[in-house]
Amino acid sequence: MDKTQLLIALALALFSLGLVGVIVRRNLLVMLMCMELMLNGVNLSLVTFAQEAGATVGAVLVFLIFVVATAEIAIAIPIVLLLVRRRHTLDADAYADLKG
Amino acid sequence: MGTLTLIALLPLAGFLLNGLLATRLSGHPFGKRFVTVVGCGLPILAFLLAIRALVDLGAGGYVPLQEVVFTWATIGREPFEIAFHFDRLTAVMVLIVTGVGSLIHVYSTGYMHDDESYARYFAYLNLFLFFMLLLVLGRSLLVLFVGWEGVGLASYLLIGFWFEDPEKAAAGKKAFIVNRIGDAGFLLGMFLLYTVVGTLDMDRINAAFLATPAPAVSATLVGILLFIGATGKSAQIPLYVWLPDAMAGPTPVSALIHAATMVTAGVYMCARLWGIFANAAGASELIAWIGVLTAFVAATIALVQTDIKKVLAYSTVSQLGFMFVAIGVGAYGVAVFHLYTHAFFKACLFLGAGSVIHALSGEQDIRKMGGLRGRIPVTFWTFAIATAAIAGLPPLSGFFSKDEILWFAFASDQGGSAGVFALAALTALMTAFYMFRLLWLVFFGASRLDAHAAAHVHESPLSMTGVLAILAVLSAIGGFLSIPHFLEPMLPLPGIQPSRAGAHVPIVVMSVLLGLAGLAGAAWFFAGKGERAEAVKVRFAGLHRVLSGKYFVDELYDLVINRPLLWVSENVFLRLSDRALIDGTLNGLAALAQRTSGAMGRLQTGHLHLYVLLALIGILAVLFWGWRHV
Repeated sequence: MDKTQLLIALALALFSLGLVGVIVRRNLLVMLMCMELMLNGVNLSLVTFAQEAGATVGAVLVFLIFVVATAEIAIAIPIVLLLVRRRHTLDADAYADLKG
Repeated sequence: MGTLTLIALLPLAGFLLNGLLATRLSGHPFGKRFVTVVGCGLPILAFLLAIRALVDLGAGGYVPLQEVVFTWATIGREPFEIAFHFDRLTAVMVLIVTGVGSLIHVYSTGYMHDDESYARYFAYLNLFLFFMLLLVLGRSLLVLFVGWEGVGLASYLLIGFWFEDPEKAAAGKKAFIVNRIGDAGFLLGMFLLYTVVGTLDMDRINAAFLATPAPAVSATLVGILLFIGATGKSAQIPLYVWLPDAMAGPTPVSALIHAATMVTAGVYMCARLWGIFANAAGASELIAWIGVLTAFVAATIALVQTDIKKVLAYSTVSQLGFMFVAIGVGAYGVAVFHLYTHAFFKACLFLGAGSVIHALSGEQDIRKMGGLRGRIPVTFWTFAIATAAIAGLPPLSGFFSKDEILWFAFASDQGGSAGVFALAALTALMTAFYMFRLLWLVFFGASRLDAHAAAHVHESPLSMTGVLAILAVLSAIGGFLSIPHFLEPMLPLPGIQPSRAGAHVPIVVMSVLLGLAGLAGAAWFFAGKGERAEAVKVRFAGLHRVLSGKYFVDELYDLVINRPLLWVSENVFLRLSDRALIDGTLNGLAALAQRTSGAMGRLQTGHLHLYVLLALIGILAVLFWGWRHV
């Protein structure tokens, strides 16, 4: 198994771990963290394939994704905080009545 | 703008001014004066222009005047033009319409003086005059048809003029709907004519039917279809039922529309298209018989009616029947002659009835009248003259026209028959009888007024009595102007059967005797307190019930036509097709969408884990599908 395969396997593992986390965990903060894991798994695969193809664009794109992810989490965390201030719980199912 | 166009457009201008402007001024003292000036002035102006047109026509050697206003449409090479045509027949009609029309407008200023919808009334009346002039001036059947429908509309609006009363509104609807039935036949006739002759210009249609070879269509079929239209407009069997109900409108309207002008439109149309009827022996025979039967049936009903306007209404139906007898035996000019004299004496009678009703503060039941002779003398004298005229006493106008009809019904070589003649003569006797009965019950004998009405009896204002006087004079002397002779170059009179040529003098004598017999009979029956009439009524109670029930024709139509139609509308059209089929489909689709969304909505739990799981399953399914198919 060479380095690329290893990295791709790692990316897949990160993504799956995140996905399983989002599905099985009920804590909102943990779910957010798991989502970041999924995102980073994808990022890792992007960098790996960019390296393989010798294209620097891929590496630059990853930085862009970092910025977007940061912005996203900067919005998501305050929302979670506001929710918690109302109901005093981090359980996602407690907010099921927010369905559209 | 030509004279003819102006004649037609002046009343339209009156309608627009009164309808749009003056209705806004209601309540303002200036408003009523404005309405009067516009509403009466423009028809009078139209009348004067019509006289000028007649003078022009005479000066031009009676070559028809033509005016094309504009081309409506061109189909193939045949243009449909709004064109006016003025010949001898049109001249007679236009002078009647504008002349009698103007008089009735003037009368209305007195009769409708206190009505709060004064402006609306005059607007409708002017509108009627416009459409009626369109009807008689039109060169093509198309223009005639527009006028034909327009007068129907005006008639509907004026019958239901006091629409707050549901009964009056219903009478308006009845007139309109019954006329629709006739119009269907008329339209079919027009389609057939256009298909065969290729034009709707009436002169060209006449020429085509009078030429050899005749158009490849049965003239009888066309004639009967057109006559169906005429039965609607001119109140003949079987469509006469609307006219007696039309008396719900104001009395001057009954005089103008439902006696003098509009209801004669069918007669005018048949006379105008005489080329067709002259070649349609079958249709002519049918018309003569329908006419004489209508005259007879309506006269029998009129014998026992107790509403002053209803008697006159049935008398109108009966007189229209006489006109159709003349059409049926080929004496088209004579039909127009009777139309012309009828316009005078029947307008006078209706307006006289209006004056009586006015004097009695709205009472219309002749059982509650009597002895009014001395109290409203002008009304009495004019009414008496018109009654004598309709009864056919010489030398009044009705004598001349009715005598001509009886003569041609007997001796015409285009279908004159002893049967038609006998029935017509009997009807003439009944006409004289019921008219003198009316005169007797209203003006002679002891007063049967209730105290309240008796205290308020007053002669009508000059605007009404003046008009009555003019019409009475015209009813008296109108017969000396021989319309059939005037029209003969255009509408030739039928020949006389040689074997019957000697019968003219006996018929004249007989028709005078019939009139006098009617007078004598009425005087004898209703003398004193009318015990003799009462005795006859008791003796023939069954017959009396049938006659005063108007042969229960309305009830029959209700049973045979209205109820089945209502049943079909209610059950088939409303319940089955409208509610079950159309509404059912729409509501069913909506319910389906509602139920489906209800089921799908349950997936929307709000549990994020489930959503993600479902998304995962979906992605895997797509990937799997892609793997299998790529």
